Amino acid sequence: MSDRTIAAPAGGGLSPDGLLAGIARRSEAVLIPLGALLIGLAIFSLFLLTQGKSPAEYFALVYKAGFGTAFSWQNTLSRTAPLLLAALCVALPARLGLTVIGGEGAIVLGGVAVGALALPLSGFPAVIAIPVFLAAGALAGGLWIGAVGALRHWRGVNETIASLLMAYIAIALMNHLVEGPLRDPASLNKPSTHPLPDALRIGNIPGWDVHWGLVAGIVACIVSWVLIDRTTLGFAARVAGGNVRAAQVQGLPVGKLIVGFTALGGAFAGLAGAFEVAAVQGSANASLAAGYGYTGILIAFLARHNPLAIIPVAILLAGFEASSGLVQRRMGLPDASTLVLQGIVFTVILISDTAYGRWKLFSPERWRS
Amino acid sequence: MTLPKFSRRTFLSTSAALAAGAAFGPLPARAAGGMTVGFIYVGPKDDFGYNQAHAEGAAAVAAMDGVTIVEEENVAETTDVQKSMESMINFDGASLIFPTSFGYFDPHVLEVAPKYPDVRFEHAAGLWTEGMPSNIGSYFGYIGMGQYLNGITAGHMTASKKIGFVAAKPIPQVLLNINSFLLGARAVDPSITCQVIFTGEWSLAVKEAEATNALADAGCDVITCHVDGPKVVMETAAGRGCYICGYHADQSPLAPEKYLTGAEWNWAGVYPKMVQTMLDGGTIPNFLRGGLADGFVKMSPLGPAVTDAARTQFEATKAEIMKGGFQVIKGPLKDNKGNEIAGAGEGFAEDDIRLESMDYLVEGVIGATS
Repeated sequence: MSDRTIAAPAGGGLSPDGLLAGIARRSEAVLIPLGALLIGLAIFSLFLLTQGKSPAEYFALVYKAGFGTAFSWQNTLSRTAPLLLAALCVALPARLGLTVIGGEGAIVLGGVAVGALALPLSGFPAVIAIPVFLAAGALAGGLWIGAVGALRHWRGVNETIASLLMAYIAIALMNHLVEGPLRDPASLNKPSTHPLPDALRIGNIPGWDVHWGLVAGIVACIVSWVLIDRTTLGFAARVAGGNVRAAQVQGLPVGKLIVGFTALGGAFAGLAGAFEVAAVQGSANASLAAGYGYTGILIAFLARHNPLAIIPVAILLAGFEASSGLVQRRMGLPDASTLVLQGIVFTVILISDTAYGRWKLFSPERWRS
Repeated sequence: MTLPKFSRRTFLSTSAALAAGAAFGPLPARAAGGMTVGFIYVGPKDDFGYNQAHAEGAAAVAAMDGVTIVEEENVAETTDVQKSMESMINFDGASLIFPTSFGYFDPHVLEVAPKYPDVRFEHAAGLWTEGMPSNIGSYFGYIGMGQYLNGITAGHMTASKKIGFVAAKPIPQVLLNINSFLLGARAVDPSITCQVIFTGEWSLAVKEAEATNALADAGCDVITCHVDGPKVVMETAAGRGCYICGYHADQSPLAPEKYLTGAEWNWAGVYPKMVQTMLDGGTIPNFLRGGLADGFVKMSPLGPAVTDAARTQFEATKAEIMKGGFQVIKGPLKDNKGNEIAGAGEGFAEDDIRLESMDYLVEGVIGATS
């Protein structure tokens, strides 16, 4: 599996053969997930038919409520922001061959970190306080998921299980802090931290009903792509992801790479939590555990852990979520139908992994004379 | 003839206009005439609990002439609920919205309401105060009285003199229910104790089942709860041979033989009145509360196991409560750490605002708030 991720030479720009070979190689990574997505949607349509509902009506409603109007776009994009960052928490470690599924924990703790700073920083100007909030959220998330990487490398603990269990610990820790030491006594029936002063809240992108977390998420995706695809560090990570032994023989610092990439992924998830508190909730409370971390897993796998592909995939998934309300109201489908859709698509995407390298059409050699 | 030169500026503005035209094009309004009312639930609307109680109210509104309802369940207390409310306004033309979970209020309802001054937002359990947008209302019921009546039946039916309470979080509304349940039982027999277990979450079936089993193991033989969906607690407790007292909605179908009574919301009696007020062009008070006497809260019919003695005291106390001014929390009363809550002759009526910041468990409750 390593050869297709690292070894294939970039298609030469000059010769037409090289160009075709490059297109063929790249289109495999686009067409297979796309095909899997379409097959998933087709299976979901069959499911709708068994329920006596019209797939055409379903997809028309998804289009209308997710992408059909200016309000729909703002609805979709405001849900996209945390998903982008949550997906990076899966995609970055995945480049090292690690499956981290506990981004939810980093999101929650990133939010709590901001809530904890609300009182201490209340007298500071926004230009100081907001960067500190974001840094604190990223730090909390980075330490949490970085610890998963450290456990993996030095203690041999399975990172998938560790990150999932640590997400439960993180949520329990949040509940303890929010209902105990950090609780604002005025938050009677919904225990929360002290609210951020209005002046220190992160606002919306001007003219939009979408907060700045969207921009942060897109920038984070681009930066991650550059890191993985265009730097020696990213190259080293991909080598280690392909074959740890080979990487170690080459003298690559595998331990540092594992901790660094898991910590970076965690930092992005923590940033998502920081935005949830600073831009949406205003204080940290149990609403932070809203499941963004788990939707992020689906997005990262759909995007085949390519940070740039995360952007459109996250928008698509957010559109489905944005439309679930209208679907419920118009078609009488329960909320769980969106979960059914996500589950089917996820399964088909996982199965589609076996399709890579099976078609000559996508082989660069096929197009070289 | 010269063609206008291609300019990036005109190209951009034309395509932006086209996109905007597509975006703001006419939307088919759903309800032609009449009024559309939106309901938003934090969990499934058939949860035998908090959400079902609101959904029953919604169903009563749906039965009214000239009113259409739209509903959404499992809406998180995040941007999700803000967008759900806006979606109901933009796509369905809703002019009255019931976001029914406490956590929807701050910041979400407070954020959305000023953007839609013509839409009315009626929020359950929130504390609307002067200065908040005037198109927001908060309403709730004094359901603690119902837990007091639950406690009276429990006090008669318990053989072990130990009753149990599975609670979500140690917040004022929950603490008042626990205290009321015990004080009701103690009105029958002052030696009764009530053990409480907090699960820490509003909806976490595994812990609710564990807590119920732990209470049964500890000898509690009448169990009630305050979690979002009481189904798991009720079925587990009945399966262990305990009597059960319901909460939020009627859970008697789950275990008819073991069900004594239950403290239920009566939103089906309240919501149609609120909607009618709007239809008649009137205004709903921004701060609305009511109890048993006002029809905000009701009791499940007494189950077959309830003895005559229990029935007599239950009915007599209920009649007393209906007269108004009844005090559950009254002196002399201490909390379970020995601090005085109320001296002799001192008491709190159900509408006493101090009860909405309760932070103690009364003497006789085994458990701690933190």
